[in-house]
Amino acid sequence: MKYFYYPGCSLEGTAQEYDASTRAVMRALGAELVAVADWTCCGASAGEAVSHLLSLALPARNLALAEQSAIDADMLVPCSACYLNLKKVEEHTRRDGTLLATINEVLAEEGLSCTNTVKVRHLLDVLARDIGARTVQAKVVRPLTGVTIAPYYGCQCLRPYEVFDDPQQPTSMEPLIEALGATVLPWQMGAQCCGAGLMTTKKETALERVSVLLQAARGADCIATVCPMCQMNLDSYQAKISRMNAENLAVSVLYLPQLMGLAFGLPEKTLKLHLNFAYAQSLKGKMSALRHAAEAQQTAVGSEQ
Amino acid sequence: MTVQTQNGPHEAPDPLAAIGENIKACMQCGTCTGSCANSGAMDYTPRELWRMVQLGLSDEIFASKTFWLCSSCYFCTLRCPRGLPLTEAMAALKRLAIAQGKWKEKKSTKFYLTFLDNVRRYGRVREMDLMTRYFLSLKNPLTPMGFTPLGVKLMVKGKLSMQLPNLFSAGKLDALYRKVREVEGRS
Ligand code: SF4
Ligand code: SF4
Repeated sequence: MKYFYYPGCSLEGTAQEYDASTRAVMRALGAELVAVADWTCCGASAGEAVSHLLSLALPARNLALAEQSAIDADMLVPCSACYLNLKKVEEHTRRDGTLLATINEVLAEEGLSCTNTVKVRHLLDVLARDIGARTVQAKVVRPLTGVTIAPYYGCQCLRPYEVFDDPQQPTSMEPLIEALGATVLPWQMGAQCCGAGLMTTKKETALERVSVLLQAARGADCIATVCPMCQMNLDSYQAKISRMNAENLAVSVLYLPQLMGLAFGLPEKTLKLHLNFAYAQSLKGKMSALRHAAEAQQTAVGSEQ
Repeated sequence: MTVQTQNGPHEAPDPLAAIGENIKACMQCGTCTGSCANSGAMDYTPRELWRMVQLGLSDEIFASKTFWLCSSCYFCTLRCPRGLPLTEAMAALKRLAIAQGKWKEKKSTKFYLTFLDNVRRYGRVREMDLMTRYFLSLKNPLTPMGFTPLGVKLMVKGKLSMQLPNLFSAGKLDALYRKVREVEGRS
């Protein structure tokens, strides 16, 4: 299995742990990631707010770069905002016959052109449909027994384009979490918005969104995320929101591939767990107990032989 | 709106009317408002805003903060029984407000513009440089305080690098941006 890999700006900076764990887990699962050489920003939410054409030309540039390399592969995108922007190129040009030509007129400035032959895929889509829970389960050496996980999907990997899951009541993460030996928290908030970019421009409103999510996640050891923006919003303001609510709402927030990596027995350092703000005591404690149990079992097996 | 072109005065299409065209089938059912987690913070609900757009109430629309509070969750777009592209229309209103200089929301506008300028310069976002420029553009010494705790936390984790912004470099994506402006100016 081979994929072009588009990490996007966040995964080079504030979401390094998402990048590291995605690469490590995909390697463990036998998938090869081919870097898109010289990739540039997809425009994030700013592109669309300023120029419609720019918001399509920026992602299209990256699709054109991938096409240039003449490898037949889909493009794997872990960031939901990047995913949607890249996906929009395909969707908008299909609706509007002249749009692709206009985009290519812009790309021609750099000698590039996009023909829409590279399919854009979200990481969760690839994990759920290409790889599947059964393959994931086969890699588990340290099941996350007794760990309760709230699957959090956010918005832009689900909507507006219905690709791999129900856009309102998503479930694609559940078999993957169960394959890790963990328990899925039953909750209704998996597809609700974290406030996204409003955390920068309309902070009070975004804090309110996160507050609702953290309250609904009571009882979970961990929230599993698949987007750097969701992760950042859920992860970074827990102390403030706990103060607002006069209740301790601290909960671990890990990227799904970090949780997979833990169950695969990959070192915490490889998964860059030290970079998560919210890797809380409850989960840390359970993880080290599981590790000790696994080691004790190994010793026991060793002494029997 | 009448504008001067090479071929003399010319009736330019009203950009607000173009947005109105896309949502003209709105039947005021309110599903969008009911789907919007941020509607409580808005001065007009999404349903009300779409009515105002249909009526072309430009002053009221751009005095409102409703569209700045859209976080692009796409729930309204998904659920609108008329299948209208509502999230895109929210973005189009942001674009129009910025383009026409109707910057009721200085923070949002400056952030988007600074962000895209950062991308033009470096091709990728350099977070430290972005935030530095964003605060400079706001010219408000108090605003950065809102970010400081997170900024410091990120730096401690080594997630923000302390690069000094290069003010004079030619941008990596200059050609692409120039062409976008040219093509958009044509239409
Ligand atoms: S959901 Fe659609 S039809 Fe109903 S009020 Fe909103 S925009 Fe109009
Ligand atoms: S896309 Fe915007 S307007 Fe629509 S429901 Fe989400 S936040 Fe509200």
